Amino acid sequence: MEIAAIFLPLLGAFVAGLFGRFIGDKGAQIVTCSLMVVAAILSVILFVQIGFGGPEAARTVHLFTWIDSGSFEVAWSLRMDTLTAVMLVVVNVVSCMVHIYSIGYMSHDPSKARFMSYLSLFTFMMLMLVTADNLLQMFFGWEGVGLASYLLINFWYEKKSANDASMKAFLVNRVGDFGFALGIMAIFLIFGTVQFDEIFAQVPEKANATFNFLGFEVHALTTACLLLFIGAMGKSAQLGLHTWLPDAMEGPTPVSALIHAATMVTAGVFMLARMSPLFEYAPDALAFVTVMGALTAIVAATIGMTQFDIKRVIAYSTMSQLGYMFFAIGVGAYPAAIFHLMTHAFFKALLFLGAGSVIHAMSGEQDMRNMGGVWRQIRFTYAMMWIGNLALAGIGIYGVFGFAGFYSKDIILETAYADHSWYGTMAFWLGLAAAALTAFYSWRLLFLTFHGEPRADEKVMAHVHESPLSMTIPLGILAVGAVFSGIVAYPWFVGHDLAHFWGGSILMLANAEGETIIDAAHHVPGWVPWAPTVVALAGIGFAWLFYVKSPDLPGRAVASIRQLHGIVFNKYYFDELYDALFVKPAMKLGLGLWKGGDEKVIDGFGPDGAANLTQRLSGVASRLQTGYVYHYAFVMVIGVVALIAWFFLSAR
Amino acid sequence: MVAMPDLLPALPELFLACAGMLLLMIGVFRGEGSLRLVSWLAVGALLVTGVLLVLGPTERTVTFSGLFVSDSFAVFAKLLVLTATALTIILSQRYLETEQLARFEYPVLLVFATLGMMGMISANDLIALYVGLELQSLSLYVIAAFKRDFAKSSEAGLKYFVLGALSSGMLLYGASLVYGFAGTTNFDALAALFAAGETPAVGVIVGMVFVAAGLAFKISAVPFHMWTPDVYEGAPTSVTAFFAVAPKIAAITLFIRVLVDPFGDLLAQWQQVIWFCAVASMILGSLAAIQQSNIKRLMAYSSIGHIGYALVGLAAGTEAGVRGVLIYMAIYLAMNVGTFAIILSMRVQGRMVEEIRDLSGLSKSHPMMALAMAIFMWSMAGVPPAAGFFGKFYVFMAAVDAGLIVLAVIGVITSVVSCYYYLRIIKVMYFDDLTEPLERPSRAASLVIAGTALFTFPVFFIFSNAILTGAATAAASLFQ
Repeated sequence: MEIAAIFLPLLGAFVAGLFGRFIGDKGAQIVTCSLMVVAAILSVILFVQIGFGGPEAARTVHLFTWIDSGSFEVAWSLRMDTLTAVMLVVVNVVSCMVHIYSIGYMSHDPSKARFMSYLSLFTFMMLMLVTADNLLQMFFGWEGVGLASYLLINFWYEKKSANDASMKAFLVNRVGDFGFALGIMAIFLIFGTVQFDEIFAQVPEKANATFNFLGFEVHALTTACLLLFIGAMGKSAQLGLHTWLPDAMEGPTPVSALIHAATMVTAGVFMLARMSPLFEYAPDALAFVTVMGALTAIVAATIGMTQFDIKRVIAYSTMSQLGYMFFAIGVGAYPAAIFHLMTHAFFKALLFLGAGSVIHAMSGEQDMRNMGGVWRQIRFTYAMMWIGNLALAGIGIYGVFGFAGFYSKDIILETAYADHSWYGTMAFWLGLAAAALTAFYSWRLLFLTFHGEPRADEKVMAHVHESPLSMTIPLGILAVGAVFSGIVAYPWFVGHDLAHFWGGSILMLANAEGETIIDAAHHVPGWVPWAPTVVALAGIGFAWLFYVKSPDLPGRAVASIRQLHGIVFNKYYFDELYDALFVKPAMKLGLGLWKGGDEKVIDGFGPDGAANLTQRLSGVASRLQTGYVYHYAFVMVIGVVALIAWFFLSAR
Repeated sequence: MVAMPDLLPALPELFLACAGMLLLMIGVFRGEGSLRLVSWLAVGALLVTGVLLVLGPTERTVTFSGLFVSDSFAVFAKLLVLTATALTIILSQRYLETEQLARFEYPVLLVFATLGMMGMISANDLIALYVGLELQSLSLYVIAAFKRDFAKSSEAGLKYFVLGALSSGMLLYGASLVYGFAGTTNFDALAALFAAGETPAVGVIVGMVFVAAGLAFKISAVPFHMWTPDVYEGAPTSVTAFFAVAPKIAAITLFIRVLVDPFGDLLAQWQQVIWFCAVASMILGSLAAIQQSNIKRLMAYSSIGHIGYALVGLAAGTEAGVRGVLIYMAIYLAMNVGTFAIILSMRVQGRMVEEIRDLSGLSKSHPMMALAMAIFMWSMAGVPPAAGFFGKFYVFMAAVDAGLIVLAVIGVITSVVSCYYYLRIIKVMYFDDLTEPLERPSRAASLVIAGTALFTFPVFFIFSNAILTGAATAAASLFQ
């Protein structure tokens, strides 16, 4: 069953990719979608078995040995514990929805089979990542999703902007992956293995090990964890390595929903949760994670307020929510992070697919300044976007009912508050501010897109239509998740059944009072759980004021803080900074090495030079053949004389 | 009372001599139109000679007052020569008939040339060497000019004759120097003399270099190779096919015998000569061939290159080196006979063609022939697992073991360069558009092509052991 849940997408990718030409677009869609449905059902069954079966239900399925070289042994095996099971459900269910949604969304695209194949391939790679039993296998999946992401961002490869975006995503991820690879090597150096169980068993005894690096004694575990976190930063678009994520929106919208919202970008969060037994012994690294996460959350939220591309707004929102997950991990609340990961997957996929539905209805328009006033024509999509926004903003009444994001965001902020360290407190306040901003930009998006006067031209407006069933059904299913996944999963993920649910898959060390951070979070002052909802409502109110009540207000507000707005609108000039710091010098260096180093020196003296030399010498050699007998005789005589002369000269 | 010499060791040669004269008689009496009969009889005679060789003594036997030696080295080389000649006669028939060259002298001359080669291979004296060499050369001069009303052919014959005379002069001059300074021309006596450890007189060394130069002409090693492209191109194609194989094998075995047997203890002195010839041949063979458009000229340079590789084994001067050369020549025989069988089949609308571009699209008109040619070219380029790779492998290994690493490295580099023109033929056959399809090859040619191609790959690859042991025994007998 485990094997089926994981390898069926691969099978689908194979069939659609290699035989797409024979089975046709319809065939490819049917094959990949039905395989995904089966995989999704299987993973739900697995989740129920493992998650609710208690700690003893976790297991490892050994496939075969991969590398066996000296003391270095790596196997292909599927690690089946609760953490994996949660990810299985998230990945397979969202992927399944996206597959079905793509049938409708890509109905005008000429290469449907290729798209379905890439989607399935991505799903398989993501499953490889989350089921990994060792760091190397995880790295395989890690690079595999990177590849699939590259292929899918660049799916419309005739668009230059898509090419650039895919390359940017790949290159920025290289930086992170380099960190991850170094982290794996560091761990191998410390523990002599890359197998999770073997690493975790050794962590307590190696807790104070040190590296000697250039004469500095550095804490080994902290170093390894920081390196791993750099890997996570790349994949999960944390501040500094985030610049690729907004550009990745060049890909088709289902891709944005699956890869750049629900699954791949959360791989970093998953990895850190998987390595929780390691991070728990590296408090300095955790502090760094918290700071980075909190900064990402607030920075991304501010940028999100100023953008006009509907997908980019959601992309920055994703980045901001990833920041929440990271600072949850930073304060040691891994279950809270994974909880938010799960709920976020549902509502963010819903938002993206809803946005896709809007774009589909508006004939490909993505700029919100050219939308507005369409809510009557696409009521279903409008309702779905409302649900998504409510879940994202975390609206709910404490103790009664709330949308999915309400529970997960609350517990994250509560743990941050309960941490009492300087960085935990900082994360709490920044997170709270970001929650207000989140609500603001979410409703800004909603109002700009659906309300007000229509700003699109008549031709587009005449065309506005509700999406086909294949697109609306996945929206509906995801909406159910966005509404109920929080309240249903709360007791298991972070509530009183937490220990039974997670089993041994996540380690949280107890603090001095003998309680874990999650326990502590349940005992925060009474105003803390209410705070996020209150600020969110305030954000909604401001959005209403700005974009419905008096639409000229945004213009005046921007004018009064023109410079500040400029900075934020230009995404804090990260792209420009990187361009000047890395891209331009790298281009110059590359150009120099290419023209001067490679073409002139290496090619000149190497392959081209050798070929030229051979050509010229062969011309000389064949010109020697004059056809005159006396020339030939002369050469022979000279030859003998030379040989004898050589003999005499060398004999001396 | 003069004691009758022991004739038994020379029985195959005696038989072949009588058969040759008998064939001449038959031809003369039957007149025109007897080519076919004489050819097949000649093949039969060569076959019987081969059988006699195999049945004859394998241990070293010397006869004719020490002029003639028979050992397994000679047997191995003679079998190669006989095979080459027999296959060439078979391949030549149709060519001679269509080119109005159907004269019975052709097979007879080949038989006499072969007799000369056998004499060379078994020579145990500088005089015997010269007699065998001249018998071979005279026959070759004639057949080079066999198409005598065709200027190019006559030119080829004349060039070959003039330069051959020069080389013979060098060889004789060298022999006389050796005799003058050493007092004997007998190989055993010379070997004994040098084995005694005396510092050889300068005259002996100079004489040896001259002898080596004369022999290098016969194997067309650089710088004594200049005749080769012109003669290969001018001579009738069937003659070129013969030139490229049998005389080369005979001459290089003679070369080996002369250098290893009488002058074996002067290795230090002759090694540099061979080293130079090997390097120069490999480089020239690989470079000059690139410019050629005529496939016969290309094969001329290719054969110069191959002789260079064979000389690498000789330069090692060890038993392993000699074994490598023998294996190399056996493989060389198969590849070259097969390639020339294809060249002899290059015929478009009743006329022979010999440009490389005439092969374009061969894979479409004659897929099997193209495949065979591809195998030969891969093998000549030395790409594993074709036989040619192993040929090169053994000589290079021997050279490395003997400490001639530079030589082996040059060999590998030139072998890469030579890939260019071998692979170009494959490219022309498989990727260029078909212009005019070739005619169907004759049945005999098809059989020869198939057989040699199969030998080149995969038979040699699978059953290489028999040839390896044969060559090892042969090489060992020389070093006793």
